[in-house]
Amino acid sequence: MTNNPTLLAAVGLSKTFPGTRALDGVDFDLRAGEVHALLGENGAGKSTLIKCLTGAYRRDGGDILLEGASIDPRDTQEAQRLGIGTVYQEVNLLPNLTVADNLLLGRQPRRLGLVSRRETNRIAREMLSRYGLTIDVARSLDSYSVAIQQIVAIARAVSLSGKVLILDEPTASLDRDEVRMLFDVVRSLRAQGLGIVFISHFLDQVFDISDRITVLRNGRLVGVRDAATLDRTQLINMMLGRELSEETRDRGRGGFDYAQRARIAYVGTGRAGVIAPFDLSIHRGEVVGMAGLLGSGRTETAELMFAAAPRDGGSVNKDGKPLKLASPRDAIAAGFGFSPEDRKTSGIIGDMSVRENIVLALQARQGWMRPVRLSRQREMADDYIRRLDIRTPDAEKPIGQLSGGNQQKALLARWLATNPEFLILDEPTRGIDVGAHAEIIRMIENLCESGMSLLVISSELDELVTYSHRVVVVRDRVHVAELIGEEITTDSIVAAIAKPSPAPETSA
Amino acid sequence: MNGTLARFGRRIAPQLVTLAVVVAMIGIVFPGFFDISIANGRLYGSPIDILNRGAPVALLAIGMTLVIATGGIDLSVGAVMAICGAIAATLIVDGYSLPATLALSLGAGLLCGLWNGLLVAVLGIQPIVATLILMVAGRGIAQLVTEGMIRTFSHHGFASLGSGNLLWLPTPVVIWVCAGILATLVVRRTALGMLIEAVGINRRASMLAGVNARLLIVTVYMVSGLCAAMAGLIVTADIRGADANNAGLFLELDAILAVVVGGTSLLGGHFSLIASLIGAMIIQAINTGILVAGFPPEFNLVIKACIVLAILVLQSPALQGAAMLFSRTKGQP
Repeated sequence: MTNNPTLLAAVGLSKTFPGTRALDGVDFDLRAGEVHALLGENGAGKSTLIKCLTGAYRRDGGDILLEGASIDPRDTQEAQRLGIGTVYQEVNLLPNLTVADNLLLGRQPRRLGLVSRRETNRIAREMLSRYGLTIDVARSLDSYSVAIQQIVAIARAVSLSGKVLILDEPTASLDRDEVRMLFDVVRSLRAQGLGIVFISHFLDQVFDISDRITVLRNGRLVGVRDAATLDRTQLINMMLGRELSEETRDRGRGGFDYAQRARIAYVGTGRAGVIAPFDLSIHRGEVVGMAGLLGSGRTETAELMFAAAPRDGGSVNKDGKPLKLASPRDAIAAGFGFSPEDRKTSGIIGDMSVRENIVLALQARQGWMRPVRLSRQREMADDYIRRLDIRTPDAEKPIGQLSGGNQQKALLARWLATNPEFLILDEPTRGIDVGAHAEIIRMIENLCESGMSLLVISSELDELVTYSHRVVVVRDRVHVAELIGEEITTDSIVAAIAKPSPAPETSA
Repeated sequence: MNGTLARFGRRIAPQLVTLAVVVAMIGIVFPGFFDISIANGRLYGSPIDILNRGAPVALLAIGMTLVIATGGIDLSVGAVMAICGAIAATLIVDGYSLPATLALSLGAGLLCGLWNGLLVAVLGIQPIVATLILMVAGRGIAQLVTEGMIRTFSHHGFASLGSGNLLWLPTPVVIWVCAGILATLVVRRTALGMLIEAVGINRRASMLAGVNARLLIVTVYMVSGLCAAMAGLIVTADIRGADANNAGLFLELDAILAVVVGGTSLLGGHFSLIASLIGAMIIQAINTGILVAGFPPEFNLVIKACIVLAILVLQSPALQGAAMLFSRTKGQP
């Protein structure tokens, strides 16, 4: 495999944006028939490199060679024609069209000038059968799971391009089985001689599928290694450039004093068809973790708790007194904060500056009549940018232009500025690089030490074990288990998630 | 503070330059354009005329800017002008006092805005559809108020709102300038402007951050209704009569154009009231310029369209991007 010819190479690639040198003389080479992982912290230059390769950006310097010939794609279509196809984390297809239309859009077979539906469907079925997928191609794309949609996107990209396939965080919203299915497809494409660039934050997956690994840091190349000769600690060291003592622990944090009165207590909170009624109380200085598969009702639980979605009955007490909780405004007035799972659509105000995004919740709580003075806003923004190490040239940069991890930190800052008593974090570390990941975990621990109560939803079990005093497990829209202190291990959480549902017990 | 001022200067520079170019062009084809004289305690001249004639669109542009900043649009403002003008004329003819007449007419404008706001913010109807309802129905309501006639009146106090003077300027100029300053102060000295922009950019995220998006949206439509009512009063006072069919006809389009020329995106978000007001003056300068230049009147609309097109091309993202690249290669350290 190592003797395969180089398919795509970047030589001394540079790209500068105002204020930042996103790529600084980066070399990268991809061989035919290999899966090449591209790793790095947020802002390391991964996506800039990809965008230069696919024509989304024009490079400032250096050269791109495809099969030895210099190329200069002006846009993604040109790159596609040259043989470089890309599949993004958020599937870039048309969910309301059929699978077949998505596969063949723009080149459907015609009969007498009209699109031949039967022929379209036949070709589409043939295309997918090569991926071991036998689904009804006449159904709309959005009736299938994200995993299937990913494979459809891959099939389309491969049929359009066929030499290089770039997978940008393809597994971010897939569960374990779906990842396996996707990797089978990737392996078969590798066997056909495609060069595959794989970007992911899941190191396990990287080791599972990659032949070689290229690491970038701050726009520079750190190194290229064979995956087989590299271990986890070495890789993390390459990515961070500093010693990351294994941040995780084996068992949950014990010794929490449950004798004290709960700070916030939900009784019989639920919503028909969304999440079965649950009781949940959170104490001062306690971190409650929430585990479960995607779609199990974790996010829905958080939304009900913050009153971001309506709930059927039930009551909420704070410090022993009943609390009116009918809207996010009520929740914020009571000292709650909520950082939602989907940063882009529910978290950031993309066009607004980092400063305004940080001030927003505080300002909304104070009301429009009492503006936070501009000098105070600047102070606060600069303070949080320093304390949370938000990487941005200055506080006036639109938040939408920051990387995911930095957006997440700015959202944390938004809530910290309101000095909350109870903070709900839904997947605070999703799509975030290793360094920011560790920082956010440390921040959660610090906040809880200062007396804040936290509910943290996460798919990363190691992470939950590290900071949780208690873990609530959600399965099939029901809170099924609660693990306390020493009981919390990744194995016990997995066991609770995996246990088959005893049907009658919790039906509500 | 200097940074803020500089940013503001950069924000309105394209509009100021455009206005200067339009005015200079008029000056070339009509050399007497800049003559300003004082007579009867008031300034006279084409520039003053532009400020005066532009009053209705300028007032509408204030409300329209705020509505557009929330990601909405208000098509009903022309019809609301007709309603409020009809109510004012009818009341003044019926012998109501001037303060009562003004209060009731402005109240009607607020009510129209409340209606639009509730349709958009509470029922969740798309703004273009929601305000279309009142755009169509509004003229009918105005006709019902005037009972299908053109209501004329001869109340001097009321008429002076449209044709009187204040501080050596026509009264409408004083009204729109004051309204513009007041609105700017309110949105920029309080947090209102920022909250409106937040809702316009990402309503869900704003709501989750505790912004009362619903109330804000209703409010901006009410401000738009109030501005339309003021515009309607000025037009009615100026012609000393209410014409339900023609008062404010198509002015909603000029108001939207003023906002767009002012550089505020129709997608919502960041806005500038002052840039919109300059936009309104650009439009009026074009209108007046075509008149004084002595083109045959049948050319008016085509010439106006060409000039507007030129302005929008200059502001288009494609050209802006090129310009920004140019200034960056020059200006960046």
